[in-house]
Amino acid sequence: MKKTGAEILWECVSREGVTHVFGYPGGAILPAYDALGRFPGIRHILVRHEQGATHMADGYARASGRVGVAVATSGPGATNMVTGIATAMLDSSPIVCITGQVGSRLIGSDAFQEVDITGITLPITKHNYLVTRADEVAGVVAEAFMIARSGRPGPVLIDITKDAQQSSCEFDWDAIAPPTHPARPDRHAAPLEYHRALELINSAQRPLVLAGHGILLSGSFAQFRELVEKSSIPVALTLLGIGALPASHPLNLGMMGMHGEAWVNTAIQEADLLIALGMRFDDRVTGNLKTYAPTAKKIHVEIDPAEVNKNVPVDVALIGDLRTVLQELLPGIALGDRAEWLAHIAELKGEVAVRDIQNLPDNGHLYAAHVISDLWRETQGAAIVVTDVGQHQMWEAQYYKHDEPHSLITSGGLGTMGFALPAAIGAKFARPDEEVWVVAGDGGFQMTMSELATVAQEGLELKVAIINNGYLGMVRQWQEFFYDRRYHATPLVNPDFEKLAQAYGLHAMTVNHRSEVIPAVQAARSHRGTAVINFCVEQEDSVFPMVPAGASLHEMIRRPTALVETATDV
Amino acid sequence: MLNTFVVYVENKPGVLNRVASLFRRRGFNIESLTVGHTEKSGISRMTIVTDTDAAGTYRVETNLYKLVNVISVENITATPSVCRELAMIKVAATGETRTQLMQLATVFRARVLDVATASLTIEITGTEDKIDGLLDVLRHYGIIEMVRTGRVAMARGGSGNGASVALPPPANLESDDGMVAFSV
Repeated sequence: MKKTGAEILWECVSREGVTHVFGYPGGAILPAYDALGRFPGIRHILVRHEQGATHMADGYARASGRVGVAVATSGPGATNMVTGIATAMLDSSPIVCITGQVGSRLIGSDAFQEVDITGITLPITKHNYLVTRADEVAGVVAEAFMIARSGRPGPVLIDITKDAQQSSCEFDWDAIAPPTHPARPDRHAAPLEYHRALELINSAQRPLVLAGHGILLSGSFAQFRELVEKSSIPVALTLLGIGALPASHPLNLGMMGMHGEAWVNTAIQEADLLIALGMRFDDRVTGNLKTYAPTAKKIHVEIDPAEVNKNVPVDVALIGDLRTVLQELLPGIALGDRAEWLAHIAELKGEVAVRDIQNLPDNGHLYAAHVISDLWRETQGAAIVVTDVGQHQMWEAQYYKHDEPHSLITSGGLGTMGFALPAAIGAKFARPDEEVWVVAGDGGFQMTMSELATVAQEGLELKVAIINNGYLGMVRQWQEFFYDRRYHATPLVNPDFEKLAQAYGLHAMTVNHRSEVIPAVQAARSHRGTAVINFCVEQEDSVFPMVPAGASLHEMIRRPTALVETATDV
Repeated sequence: MLNTFVVYVENKPGVLNRVASLFRRRGFNIESLTVGHTEKSGISRMTIVTDTDAAGTYRVETNLYKLVNVISVENITATPSVCRELAMIKVAATGETRTQLMQLATVFRARVLDVATASLTIEITGTEDKIDGLLDVLRHYGIIEMVRTGRVAMARGGSGNGASVALPPPANLESDDGMVAFSV
């Protein structure tokens, strides 16, 4: 049967199981949009900026485990996607971006809205395609989805010329050969490697598991939990690994790295074995590499061979899908006790609880940590929280106790401000029955707040907490610590977020005192529709502990006890 | 040290760009890169020479495999292999020096391609060292123009292309030369 390239596109996309696409039309993608109307199984969500579409596809993918799809036109539509694509690349999120391109005969002529988007996105996609003929569409779409979701997932871009969308060709789904990767050498770990790994694990006195995003991506929670429980090995999580093990689990120490708790980082530095599962020793996690975990042997379980020995040389590398590797390892794991090591870690906690802002008496000051903690209590830790990037992101990671996988969605690797609101929209479409909270700073929120219009137009129910301190808070914190308090270009003059949300027809509140936090959260939760809360928090508050960039992991700036005194004085 | 990779890729538009872009963004310097058809249609063969250490060669190889269009990567640096380069050198010649230049070409087993009133063009095939040696002796006659192809390489004997991919040596983290090896 003859079909146009545009029809083949959506036919193949829907056969990949896609039910939602996030996009913005324009001249070069119009034939595809025209055909989209004939595919009622695909719901199109009209965004306000193409960056929003990519973050929505990303949030959708992270919340559902399925491939997210974003659509844009050529030229500026395509270039607006770049930040979202890079965000998905750095966090291994499977998305497919479809862009229109000028007619194939115009390529290279600087035609109106022509840009070399496959060239631009070459280093930030797993792979990309320029499609110039209708008969190429089906094969490319099938291969693109396969590449996006297989192995270490990531973004794939398909650039389709206008004439490829318009022209027709024979389409026979059954005749399309299933996509194949070129042959790859066998990278699976050898039995000898398993043997060495087990020897190290079973004989370690002070072992620690470093759990990363790979556990969530591979869906190996059960195997992972069985391994740590059987061996009694405590677990430190990366930011993107949060949710891999319930926060309430006794072996879960919490987040590691730059803003990890002091005892977690100290445990890493004192460990005799690190078992890294689906994480990549990012610089925000290791601090100074020269002094990182100096007494520890290292085992690295990783699907991407290029990550092995990239930052930290390891003793044993087990390459492969985490679930498969854990299944191989499990029978050989000896029952462990490790009471001494666990008791030592408990001791390391020491006076941390005293320094914790959560233990401050209510003195009228509103701290961001209070907001996050109250939000956690009120939602019983059961919400999907989508954060932006900055101080609030770290406080969220510290004070919202996630018990479920895929319940924290955040931009880790690229640290993309403006991620939260659009990613939350994607997450809500992926899991419509769940409560989805946006936690964003006043800076990042304003980067993509135009998507409030998308929320309103789609009648979506989101809860939005703006942690408003009137500063680009994390940058201000660095200026305070490392630039002698010269607050250049960090104070913000903000709009009235309450009125702003109301202008979009959304329910909104402003909170200035701690006593108002819980009532406001309750009001937002009981409101049927989107509610925005503007939390006006302490302006010059900082995230502690902090490992300064390039410092050793044990050289942390601890929570000042002075803060405790100041606060209790009032 | 210089490492030689033989890389088989799908012959599709933009593949050379993908490979070159990878080297650039990961901070590897390409000493030479040649590409051409193979005995199989649709498949091209690249010979890439890059200056890097053991850790670097592992990163080059694993990152190349992340490119969808790359079929196989072989580091033949330590494999017995033949490496050749072709150069054409146009050198200034007078009636007096022409005979000397032709004798030099014979000694180096090079060929004279073109003779003009004031110049001579010599073709030489061989290892980089051999070509460098010829260049050294020609330099003082005055080199007008030169073109070199860059290295092409092939493993000796064996079963032909893509036979096996050289993985980094197993176990032993600290090898004798102090370089970090890999247990992959």
